[in-house]
Amino acid sequence: EKSTELSLSSDKTPSNPRELTQNPLKKIWMPYKNGLPEKTHISEKGLCMTNCPTLIVTVGLPARGKTYISKKLTRYLNWIGVPTREFNVGQYRREFVKIYKSFEFFRPDNEEGLKIRRQCASAALNDVRQYLTEEQGQVAVFDATNTTRERRETIIQFAEQNGFKVFFVESVCEDPDVIQENIVQVKLGSPDYTNCNTEEAVEDFMKRIKCYENSYETLDEVLDRDLSYIKIMDVGQRYLVNRVLDHIQSRIVYYLMNIHITPRSIYLCRHGESELNVKGRIGGDSGLTPRGKEFAKNDLKVWTSQMKRTIQTAEALDVPYEQWKVLNEIDAGVCEEMMYEEIQENYPLEFALRDQDKYRYRYPKGESYEDLVQRLEPVIMELERQENVLVICHQAVMRCLLAYFLDKTAEELPYLKCPLHTVLKLTPVAYGCKVESISLNVDAVNTHRERPENVEVSRMSEEALLTVPAHQ
Amino acid sequence: NVKLMWRFMSRESCHSVAPHCSNQMKILASVPQFCNSPTMIVMVGLPARGKTYISKKLTRYLNWIGVPTKMFNVGQYRREAVKIYKNFEFFKPDNEEAMRIRKACAAAALKDVTAYFTKEQGQVAVFDATNTTRERRAIIISFAKEKGYKVFFVESICDDPEIIAENIRQVKFGSPDYVDRDIDEAMEDFIQRIDCYRASYMPIDDERDRKLSYIKIFDVGNRYLVNQVQDHIQSRIVYYLMNIHVTPRSIYLSRHGESELNLLGRIGGDSGLSPRGQKYANALATFIKGQNIRDLKVWTSHMKRTIQTAEALGVQYEQWKALNEIDAGVCEEMTYEEIQENYPEEFALRDQDKYRYRYPKGESYEDLVHRLEPVIMELERQENVLVICHQAIMRCLLAYFLDKPADELPYLRCPLHTVLKLTPIAYGCKVESFFLNIEAVNTHRERPVNVDINRNPEEALQTVPDHI
Repeated sequence: EKSTELSLSSDKTPSNPRELTQNPLKKIWMPYKNGLPEKTHISEKGLCMTNCPTLIVTVGLPARGKTYISKKLTRYLNWIGVPTREFNVGQYRREFVKIYKSFEFFRPDNEEGLKIRRQCASAALNDVRQYLTEEQGQVAVFDATNTTRERRETIIQFAEQNGFKVFFVESVCEDPDVIQENIVQVKLGSPDYTNCNTEEAVEDFMKRIKCYENSYETLDEVLDRDLSYIKIMDVGQRYLVNRVLDHIQSRIVYYLMNIHITPRSIYLCRHGESELNVKGRIGGDSGLTPRGKEFAKNDLKVWTSQMKRTIQTAEALDVPYEQWKVLNEIDAGVCEEMMYEEIQENYPLEFALRDQDKYRYRYPKGESYEDLVQRLEPVIMELERQENVLVICHQAVMRCLLAYFLDKTAEELPYLKCPLHTVLKLTPVAYGCKVESISLNVDAVNTHRERPENVEVSRMSEEALLTVPAHQ
Repeated sequence: NVKLMWRFMSRESCHSVAPHCSNQMKILASVPQFCNSPTMIVMVGLPARGKTYISKKLTRYLNWIGVPTKMFNVGQYRREAVKIYKNFEFFKPDNEEAMRIRKACAAAALKDVTAYFTKEQGQVAVFDATNTTRERRAIIISFAKEKGYKVFFVESICDDPEIIAENIRQVKFGSPDYVDRDIDEAMEDFIQRIDCYRASYMPIDDERDRKLSYIKIFDVGNRYLVNQVQDHIQSRIVYYLMNIHVTPRSIYLSRHGESELNLLGRIGGDSGLSPRGQKYANALATFIKGQNIRDLKVWTSHMKRTIQTAEALGVQYEQWKALNEIDAGVCEEMTYEEIQENYPEEFALRDQDKYRYRYPKGESYEDLVHRLEPVIMELERQENVLVICHQAIMRCLLAYFLDKPADELPYLRCPLHTVLKLTPIAYGCKVESFFLNIEAVNTHRERPVNVDINRNPEEALQTVPDHI
């Protein structure tokens, strides 16, 4: 919970500084009083993204990529740790009007239709309010056409009343090929068109777009000069950015300016099996076993970490590659190169804390998964810019990257399965990502440790070590 | 020594295919290599629109993150060609003699750009001139095309008379052109100078120039138009330009108060403040209050000693893991004497190239710069900030603000118990240093004379500061 008051300086006199205690899970130093941590100290993430919740509002005719952008942005913000949710007004409409008949619903003279649509927008805004004020949401993405100034004015007032900042994201595109492709990719599969054949669906959808065209008022440089917005033109050829107010808006703009929709695939894999893997040790910087060297043989950008085993793997491919230090495996601090059995013996408390909250747990003098996500953000940003890339990395790192592409939560992330000698091929499709798992048919040791049942600090060694995979 | 060989090998194993890179020393960077065509950033805009301010700042930023960049200010070339500046008449569009000189200066600058890219391993050249006509820009575009350079235009558009007047006051009056004039004369002349360009000014056209890569900055950052960003470096440049501002403010840099490990001459670790360090924290609180700073943000690292220091201020602070001290890996909590005893080669290698040297299982200054980049970006966005950090961190941040090159950075003086106040002014940064009168150990180790691996311990330890 964020506190915006100044801590009372009268509580602390020069000769009486507050004691600091280190939180056992995240290893964060916090002031405490009477044995309990004090609340006045803020964000240890290191960045207060914004001091009030933000409402991102999409603007644009149908089939301009608004939902694509909304979902992608929501996924990105959640991954970097900003609680975000999208609210798609079309969803609300589908729940209200069970069966979609035709484009006539969207005709500007359809009073009944307009009434329903207004109600749906209101219902969605209500849920936005609840999410941002009662559910600790920080960003809400309001995904609808919002093509009239009048509708946008309603939203602005709503935001003002509730103390939310507003940031508009308008997508403008007149390229018929892009629009057609858009319709084929996502509209044909929509619940609205389950019972139509392709031609019918496309024809109806084009008429639907027409319904909006006459009343469309694009964000205007002069009339809307006091609003904060980004206007994306022709799928990223050009951007107009107006009045960026704070850090989160700046990050959103940067992200939106780096994504593209050119078809491509991202390949994620770990290094070939290493000597330490075989012995059941974590971390370290060792070489490949003979088995591992087999795996490493398969026009494409190749990225590795700066640890020997990923570089050796790339070397075998005999193509140019780039080394990224930030792709290095999670730093296990004092536990580097230990077996789980040794960690249990020497640091049973740490071992239990880790099982209690594997995402936030930070190894002493090491890192947490949460830290990893922060250091991997530039990799994700560059992956968004690139086309075909093979990333040769490590178990924890691969879990973080995979969680980003597959929209996995922080709870699931540290337990995603990323076995050795398996390449995951990720291909963006429609609103998500297709995953193909390519096993390279070369045996390797298993390094995946499931969460054991008993995560209590008081548990016995056997219970702690129950899920440790076999090793030499 | 297999470990040394491996480290050397892995440095060399970063391949690259582009011809421009063949001579380049491969930096084992933690940023992707921009090893394709060199880039020309071309400024566009009437005089007093901040082009040189942006050019210098951008150059400073790119160099700091490790992209070799150089600025080419055509006005400089003009001042060298025409020793004495008389008045605005030089810039009149019908002044044929002057036109010839100005064209020649632009050509000379472009020639130097080529030399920078081909002979000095430059990656980015910032071409700082008005470039206000389509004709001039066409010359640059065809020059770049012929050589295989990418071009990215940065146009600054502003019609707010107050901003322009302030601009003129801040940087033009101090210019060599106006060194003998009084202020009113200078202002009068400069305004007429601007008028000389106005009639022929053709801004980048969103229709006709749709294939060009550019950013238009309106009213000092109120609004931006970004067109056809081609690659990573252009994307970073756009992000940077969209985060900087010109609102007056100050940045205060300080280390934590003296720590227990400081007293013992040990590096790294996560110890608490010594009694003197605690005194410093209190003195810092008094000092900050006395500065009467509006809306001060306070940032610390995740390490106990910076947090304890901030606690004394009695205000909210934010902890940044990115501000943690350099990780000395296997040398954590050692004294220099112990490092010399246990890792004499490492100690020597570090003295040979302190910027790029990475501690075994630790970090280098070069790594630090990479992890501090988001801090710098956020500092650019913010206004008044106090950063309580550590010696190596402070050196990196200071090098950014004061434009210090990589070989000076690890030796910048950042003593304990001293606050540095940085205030942007004109094209640079004013630095004020405040020692808060609380004694502390010295932790600054100069580069010793002998950096050879086979030096003897005395030579290695010659410059180690005193400790318990």
